[in-house]
Amino acid sequence: MEWWYTLVSLLPFDWAQPGTMLFMKHALLAVLVISPLFGILSTMVVHSRMSFFSDALGHSAFTGMAIGALCGFHEPTWAAIVFALVFALLFNLVRRRTALANDTVIGVFSSTAVALGIFLSTLGGRSFTKFNNLLIGDILSVEPAKIGVLALILAVVVGLWCLSFNRLMLSAVHPALADSRGIRVFWQETVFSMAIAVVVTLSMTWVGLLVINSLLVLPGAAARNVARNMWQYHLLSLLGAVAAGVAGLMTSYYIGASAGAAITLYLAFWFLVTFLFRKRG
Amino acid sequence: MRIVKHGKLAAGCADACCLKLEGISVNLQGDSILEDVSFHLHCGEIAALIGPNGAGKSTLFRSILGQMTYKGTITFSPAGGPAIRLADGTAAGGRRPLVGYVPQAPHFDRGDPVSVLDFFTAATAKWPVWLPVPGKHRKRAAACLARVHGEDLLDRPMGVLSGGQLQRVLLALALEPVPHILILDEPLSGVDIEGEHQLLDMLDELRTQYDLSIFLSTHDFATLSQFADKVILLNRKVLKSGTPEEVLSSPEFYETFHLRMGKGGEG
Repeated sequence: MEWWYTLVSLLPFDWAQPGTMLFMKHALLAVLVISPLFGILSTMVVHSRMSFFSDALGHSAFTGMAIGALCGFHEPTWAAIVFALVFALLFNLVRRRTALANDTVIGVFSSTAVALGIFLSTLGGRSFTKFNNLLIGDILSVEPAKIGVLALILAVVVGLWCLSFNRLMLSAVHPALADSRGIRVFWQETVFSMAIAVVVTLSMTWVGLLVINSLLVLPGAAARNVARNMWQYHLLSLLGAVAAGVAGLMTSYYIGASAGAAITLYLAFWFLVTFLFRKRG
Repeated sequence: MRIVKHGKLAAGCADACCLKLEGISVNLQGDSILEDVSFHLHCGEIAALIGPNGAGKSTLFRSILGQMTYKGTITFSPAGGPAIRLADGTAAGGRRPLVGYVPQAPHFDRGDPVSVLDFFTAATAKWPVWLPVPGKHRKRAAACLARVHGEDLLDRPMGVLSGGQLQRVLLALALEPVPHILILDEPLSGVDIEGEHQLLDMLDELRTQYDLSIFLSTHDFATLSQFADKVILLNRKVLKSGTPEEVLSSPEFYETFHLRMGKGGEG
C-alpha cells in the first residue's frame, strides 16, 4: 500500500499528508475500484432491464450474511457470495422454465430471500441490530486486503467484458437471433447475473444495502439519456460513476453523512443533468 | 423459375434440391405442434409459409435452424458442397448448414444506445463494441449494409430505424456470411408499402445473385403472387402447397382462414 500513500500525498488535502488518516486513503482507493465496477455493470443492468433483479440480489446478499453468521463463520461474506451465486443460478433456471413474467419471478425470489434473512437473523430471539451497519454501509472501514479482492473482481469483470460483451449484448437484444448465431444465451445471462451477485455482495458492507442498487442503475440510466452508441454509453457511465464516487466520499468526509448516500445523490444529480441534455428523436 | 444443378445431391431428389424436409414432427409437452411436414425447396426459389397464428410456422423455422428437437429428416444440399443430412435434429459428423435468419423484428427503444455499427459488429466480430469500433470492422459493416442499400444507416441508433430499415439491417446481418438458405420470420409486418416493395425487390436480387433459397412467413396474401414461387399452407400439417394461384384458390385455404368461396368454388 506504500505506493498508494505516496501517490495520495501529492494531493492538496490535509488528510492526504504522509502518516495520517490511513482509513481515508483506503476509502479513496476502494471508491476508485468500486465505482468503475458499478459503472461497467450498470450499462448492461439498464440495457437488459435487470434493475429489479439487482435489487433482489442485494436482499439475497444480506440473507447470505445472516446464514454465514448463523454458521459461526468468522468471515460471513464468503457464505454470502456462495448464497448469492446460488440465488442467481436458481433465478435464471426458474425464469427459463416458467411462463411467469420476469418481475413476478424476481418478486418471488426477493421476498423469499428477505424473509429467510430476517427469520435466520432473529432466530432464538436474537436482535437484528447487528445487521444495521449492512443497511447503511461504511466505506471508511474498508481494509487493504478487501480492496485487493475488489481490484481482482474489477479485473475479472473487465476481462469478461472484453471476451463476451458482444454475446451478452446480443442475448439481451434478441435471444432467438443470438441463438441462431451460436450464442448460448442462458449461460451469458447466468454468468452476468453471477457477476452482479459477487459485486453486490462484496461491496455491500461499504456501500450499504439500501443504496447499492442505485449504483447499479443510475450510472447507466444517466448515460443512456445522451449516448448514441455503446462506446459513448460506457464512457459516460464510467465517468459518472467515478466522479460521483470521489465527490461523494469527499462530501461525506468533510460534512459527515454516509458516503454511499452521498455518492447516490451525486449520481442522481448526474442523471438530472443528462436528462436535461437528453437526445431527442 | 431457375433451377441450379448440384454436384452431390440428396438421395431421391430431382437433381436440384436445396432443402428437403421429410416427415418433420414436433411434440411439446404432449401437444403435437407439427405433424409429418414434408416439402422441397430449390435453390434460387422463394417460398412463402402461410397459416393462422399458432399453426407452427415459427416452430418449423426453429427446427430448420436447429433450435428444436424434431422427428424426421432435414437435408441440405448446398451448391458446390456435399449434402448435410440431419435426422431427428442431429447432424452426422456435427456439421451444420449455414442458415441465415431474419427474426421477427426485435423491439428497440428509441433511446437504446446501440448504433447499427455496434449491433452489426457485435454479431459478426470479436471486437468488444463497448470500445470504439476500429476502421476495418466499420468498413466490413458498411460493405455488408451496401448489399441491402443501407450504408447510410451505419451510425444511426437501432431504435430510430423505421420498420423497413430495421428489416434491411437484419437482412444484411443474415447475409454475413452468405448462408445456404435464408429464413425470414414475418419480414413484412410493421413495414410500410414502400418498405415492402424495397424488401421484396432486394430478396429477388439476392436469390439471383447468391442462388439462395429464401423461405419466409407472411400474413400478406395480396402480394404473394408477386414474389413467391411456391406457397406452403401450414396448420400443424402441410394442408396445401403449390404456386400462389393454386394455394390461394384452394378449398383448404378458404377453410383455414374461414373465408367464403366465390362462385365456381367447391365450398
